[in-house]
Amino acid sequence: MSEPILSLRGISKSYGPLQVLRNVDLDIHAGEVVALLGENGAGKSTLSGIIAGSRPPSEGSMTWMGRPYAPASPREAIDKGVVLIHQELKLLPELTIAENVFIGRWPMKGGRVDRAAMVERAQEQLARLNLRLPATRKVQGLSTAQQQLVEIAKALALDAKLLILDEPTAALGGAETEALFEQVRKLRAEGVGIIYISHRMEEIRQITDRIVVLRDGEHVADFADSATPVRTVVESMVGRSLERMFPPVPTPKARTVLEVRGLTGANGAFRDANFSVAEGEILGIAGLVGAGRTELVRAIAGADPVSAGTIWLDGRELALRSPADAIAEGIVMVPEDRKLQGLVVEHGIGENIVYANLDKVSRGGWISKSAVRAFADGAIARFGVKGQAGQPGSSLSGGNQQKVVIAKWLARGPRVVILDEPTRGIDVGARSGIYDIIAGLAREGVAVIVVSSDLEEVLGVSNRIVVLAQGRQAGILNRAEANDVSVMELATI
Amino acid sequence: MIATVSEREPARSRGILASLSGATGPLIGLILLCVFLSLATDTFLSVRNALNILDQITVLGIMAVGMSFVILIGGIDLSVGSVLALSMMVMGWLANVMGLPLPISILLALVASGLCGMVSGMLITGFRVPPFIATLAMMSVARGLANMITDGQQIVGFPDWFMMLAIDRHFGVLTATVALMLVVTAAAWAFLRYRSGGRMLYAVGGNPEVARLAGINVNYVTIGVYVLAAILAGLAGIVLAARLDSVQPSSGLGYELDTIAAVVIGGTSLSGGAGGIGGTLIGVLIIGVLRNGLNLLNVSPFLQQVIIGVVIALAVAAETLRRR
Repeated sequence: MSEPILSLRGISKSYGPLQVLRNVDLDIHAGEVVALLGENGAGKSTLSGIIAGSRPPSEGSMTWMGRPYAPASPREAIDKGVVLIHQELKLLPELTIAENVFIGRWPMKGGRVDRAAMVERAQEQLARLNLRLPATRKVQGLSTAQQQLVEIAKALALDAKLLILDEPTAALGGAETEALFEQVRKLRAEGVGIIYISHRMEEIRQITDRIVVLRDGEHVADFADSATPVRTVVESMVGRSLERMFPPVPTPKARTVLEVRGLTGANGAFRDANFSVAEGEILGIAGLVGAGRTELVRAIAGADPVSAGTIWLDGRELALRSPADAIAEGIVMVPEDRKLQGLVVEHGIGENIVYANLDKVSRGGWISKSAVRAFADGAIARFGVKGQAGQPGSSLSGGNQQKVVIAKWLARGPRVVILDEPTRGIDVGARSGIYDIIAGLAREGVAVIVVSSDLEEVLGVSNRIVVLAQGRQAGILNRAEANDVSVMELATI
Repeated sequence: MIATVSEREPARSRGILASLSGATGPLIGLILLCVFLSLATDTFLSVRNALNILDQITVLGIMAVGMSFVILIGGIDLSVGSVLALSMMVMGWLANVMGLPLPISILLALVASGLCGMVSGMLITGFRVPPFIATLAMMSVARGLANMITDGQQIVGFPDWFMMLAIDRHFGVLTATVALMLVVTAAAWAFLRYRSGGRMLYAVGGNPEVARLAGINVNYVTIGVYVLAAILAGLAGIVLAARLDSVQPSSGLGYELDTIAAVVIGGTSLSGGAGGIGGTLIGVLIIGVLRNGLNLLNVSPFLQQVIIGVVIALAVAAETLRRR
């Protein structure tokens, strides 16, 4: 094989007494897509940050294109052609695509920004990615997938030789993921090296050439063949042999708990949804991004208004005007975005749990400190959250954060629990814990709705699956007839 | 994944429970300031001067409580100085021009103040006007109304008992106005700590969407907080009227900035969701002690402004550094 474009030798990184990376060696070649895998906390972000110049290593050296490489800032790394695309997109919504693509390095002519050249060159990059958008459009209102592609266009405009993609498909649906992959393959063919960070094994098999596994800051495995069995890879990630991923799906009872009839969103994101969920049933909702899944469940949880249709609980029609109304009826939601909708991350875990249960820990509006403490500790213990009540939410891993969000609702004894993307950004090892909680809820007779972009997940946990396509309900599949093909067929109608 | 790095650090409590002890930095600053002034002047360290300081901070202290609530939910209220003036003028006009009994005039002045807060709150929640703009507008409107009542003239001469509220030291210690400030502060402290409504403020300030999805009526909380802040500004106006034994529409100019400064010095975060009344009280004391001490040191009022500005900048910078 040719000389690697990037070589890492003996890279270590410590924060005080805590060692996050230990003696990592890594080579990346031109035209190679390398999967970087590892559980949360394994050091993936730290490693990519070091490569992209956002933090220096404590020890070790790097070589870039045959020369010593020690970027002091992201800017320096970018100048050399190393670009990291963050999981959280960093675009300025009020500026145009072209301005975002060339931010900080506007094409100049005679001391002024050459707007015409900027737009023209941005348009070229968009065309390269098959993104049919005018470069003069504002970023505001673009879909997540489009924004992701704009980020990539930005990297391309910088003439990137090495791209680090941090969970690029976390917010993408099937078709968009495929479109992104097409571009990744194109870049690979052009000789760009790509480090691809993801939790989704299926994607890794599809798109990457090689799998590098980090565990506790060490480079523990290197699979030259991305077709290595998933189990082998995951086991090397978690450092132990893996039991089953999904718990057995409980059998639902006959009695219907929740029913929606002709439900239509006020903003038109979904139309005429008709389905019911029985006691102890897990109903999956599948569909591409933009199909209206999140909007539909938000409406059921009282978070968004509806323009037509009805929601029935135990045969009673509900009039939900706010999440508070839905909660009072026993309909609770674990929202899509933990950090923006589920938790006040700066506040303590105990506080976060109590925010949804203020009535349970107070009498006549007066809060009892001991009740708060007991309540929070009880919820933390019951859901196996690794943390203490006083610890801020931001200090937890994604899996533990999600458990806190779930825990804050379940103490209320809800009738209906809606989970929107329950394992997004949560590593494989921690996922089964969430699935166990979901199955446990159903066994207790709760009607559960699970929305997910991860097809394997919907198929794995659901009794039945509602498939949405462009806001319409394309069909409902039983567990027996549901598989990735039948769901995708309906989703892409 | 940066989060998981700190996951293994010893758990550091930054929750509500810690919000009062979180003001340790400002507290140390206050103590140092007092020690310095005790050594630098022979008049600072005396019971008499301490009581003077308390008298001087009543107006600021009462307004700062309301402002703490507003800032805690991630808002800002620029109108408090104007609302204070409006409250004074409404009270003075009703009592001395319309001939209503003073207690009723005071009550109606507080109602008028509360209405100002309600309008701001409704603009913010109903029309999604940013708090800065909504209260900037109210600042102008309330000031204008205060001037319109008497066409800019002051009103003087209230019953003796009213003036004595700010002068008469019961048990030789507390005036009624100082006691009022202490009661307001203590009530606010207990509310934030022990009432579910207080917890809601932290949730709304921390992240309004999380709070809404958790079943908290964010609009209701927001309007309530602006109404409360306005009523407290009105109450501060009444206290000021008692201290001056007169009301004038130009009162309270720039008070909003002093009030915001006191809250911020006390460690309440301008981005909302963190802070508390204990810190605010310390912030108010720092400003009060500083003003008092600089007067004792015969520092010119102009230089005092410079020094207070520097203290604000230092206090917030120190707090930011500490949190990093």
